Amino acid sequence: MIQIKTSGCDTCPANVHLEQMGLKIENFDRIIALAGNPNTGKSTLFNSLTGLKQHTGNWPGKTVSRAEGGYEFQNIKYKLVDLPGTYSLLSASQDEEVARNFILFGQPDCTIVVTDATALERNLNLALQVMEITDKVVIAVNLMDEARRKGLEVDTRSLARDLGVPAIPISARSGEGIQTLLTTIAEVIEGTIKTEPLRVIGTVQYQNSVNTLSEQINRLHPGIPNPRWLAIRLLDGDARVQQALLSGELAELAGNQRRAEVQFSKQMSVQGRQ
Amino acid sequence: MTTPITITANDILAQAEALRPQLQSGFRDEIVKSMYSEAERITRRAVHATGEKKWDLDQRIDRLVTSPITGLPIMLLILAAVFWVTIVGANYPSQIIATALFWIEDQAASLFTAIGLPWWVTGFIWHGVYRGLAWVIAVMLPPMAIFFPVFTILEDLGYLPRVAFNLDWLFKKAGAHGKQALTMAMGFGCNAAGVIATRVIDSPRERLIAILTNNFVPCNGRFPTLIMLATVFVAASFSPIFSSFVAAGAVLLVVLIGVFFTFLMSWILSKTILKGEASAFTLELPPYRRPNISRILYTSLIDRTIFVLWRAIKTAAPAGAVIWILGNIIVNGSSLAAITANFLNPFGVLLGLDGTILLAYIIAIPANEIVVPTMLMVYSGVGMMTDITGFSELRNLLIGGHGWTMLTAANLMLFSLLHNPCGTTIMTIYKETKSKKWAALSVVITLGTAFLVTFITATIARLAGWV
Repeated sequence: MIQIKTSGCDTCPANVHLEQMGLKIENFDRIIALAGNPNTGKSTLFNSLTGLKQHTGNWPGKTVSRAEGGYEFQNIKYKLVDLPGTYSLLSASQDEEVARNFILFGQPDCTIVVTDATALERNLNLALQVMEITDKVVIAVNLMDEARRKGLEVDTRSLARDLGVPAIPISARSGEGIQTLLTTIAEVIEGTIKTEPLRVIGTVQYQNSVNTLSEQINRLHPGIPNPRWLAIRLLDGDARVQQALLSGELAELAGNQRRAEVQFSKQMSVQGRQ
Repeated sequence: MTTPITITANDILAQAEALRPQLQSGFRDEIVKSMYSEAERITRRAVHATGEKKWDLDQRIDRLVTSPITGLPIMLLILAAVFWVTIVGANYPSQIIATALFWIEDQAASLFTAIGLPWWVTGFIWHGVYRGLAWVIAVMLPPMAIFFPVFTILEDLGYLPRVAFNLDWLFKKAGAHGKQALTMAMGFGCNAAGVIATRVIDSPRERLIAILTNNFVPCNGRFPTLIMLATVFVAASFSPIFSSFVAAGAVLLVVLIGVFFTFLMSWILSKTILKGEASAFTLELPPYRRPNISRILYTSLIDRTIFVLWRAIKTAAPAGAVIWILGNIIVNGSSLAAITANFLNPFGVLLGLDGTILLAYIIAIPANEIVVPTMLMVYSGVGMMTDITGFSELRNLLIGGHGWTMLTAANLMLFSLLHNPCGTTIMTIYKETKSKKWAALSVVITLGTAFLVTFITATIARLAGWV
């Protein structure tokens, strides 16, 4: 069992209860996606939250498919989906597609972007791309212990202010900051914390084109999540998104993702190893 | 522009095409670029060096382990050390387990006979099913329980990407992806896991190469076999002081042969049915991290060792039953096992093996990592009724009773290294490629190589008069 280090707000009685639920994810209330660059400790965080023993390893690309688990915090059941680590969401490789399809169509209530405090700049590129897709983002600045050892000081307040989403310093291996992270996630989902993700504005023409297209996409598939992002991808000529739109896969994915996910995860948990 | 009342996917695409020229060319690059500069700006504001930075140990280690001169030798040394530790550590536990389990077999069989159960009940249960389990546990458990944790420590430290870095130029020469080194390393644990790990390779062509050649590194199911053969045959000819080093060297050599065939086959594939150039990629060398010992023990012992052993046990029990039945159905004075083995013998001899080994291989097809335990069952079941109480008796039985030579042992190691993937791996290849053709090809390539190589070594050894 992990040791949760308490500090400051963590000792507040309202915040102290984390129950690891392992694979008991049938009746979850919230669904959380875990994104991030390869080798930033996503799987370690996943394990410490769910109590599962998802195989972690110190090399980029260890998690090639999704793993799912659950935890309960303040009487709310969360399903946590560990996505493959990627540097971006723009290319066509299989792991990036798994990650981006889930953030796009899995409609997670909140996406945690796990970042490496010792290589923040590169990690933020992915965070900015995730923030293009969804508003509900929490940045977990992991490996704070390693950063301190390397003589780096990370000002997460400045980070949060600039990004427009919460940034929580954690160390997944020692459990540092986990309570604060969980509280923040809950508050972002509830709307107590309002996020205003930093987005690239671009030219007026660009804005107009994106608006025109996303309005049309919304008419074709009412209620489809993230039409804005789809519009940007179509403007960019993303062949994969074009194909998904034409084949009806887009509509189907948007409708079925959650159910398919659960079946897939059961199979994964039976195999239990990657 | 008029807006149609209903809208189709094609309309949207057309609209996107129409809007695109209005934007500046390369607008997306601009946006990506501004994201990057945004990331840089934000980072500059948030991250400060405290000025306490000491000299960087990681970098110094990396300079050594990824240097063009010392990188490869260090890698080989580490690999040899891992094998040596496994061999030395597994030797006595293996013998003790074997002795204990066969003692139980004897006692239980006598007990069954004493209470008057028919001979075939005793035989089937104790000399068939139970003996199958006993061999598999004795041969496989100790090496796995040592190798898996050691390998997991290397993985957790962050050494694997360094291996990929060192081997990149070789994979590039073979026309394959440098990340194949990672999937190859995962193959040491389990080939099916190695095949799944190839998802990190973006290019479908290079991914297929990695999938088709993954089986050339021996997985953990096959390691114990190699270790046992190396200990019992190769090393036994040397003085006891050196024997563990010789055994480790022999296993290392077999593994290097496997790696050589990985490169050779990758090269052949990329020049023939999977033509193309190696693609460039960036490889991140993660910082070295202190392994978490309790988690390592859990993953390597519970997740991996018990998992692989349980799988082997499930196939070994029926295999033991089949062998006992084949050995005890007598037609015209000789057992079915003997008849089949005799029938297969000419082909086996051609490959430097024998008919019994091929019979064991056929029985063990569902999980061919148990070929050697199966073979031992066939030998001890249908041959002389010797009581095998240790590996030295085993050696005497095989050499004296069944005419084994160094060629037999060497070729069996090669055959076990190169032969077709196990059933699980073939299924995984099928699932990952969604193609029966590639799954079948993975069998053809490996089995073809195994037959060809053992045939060549046997022929050379005979022509040279070594056997």
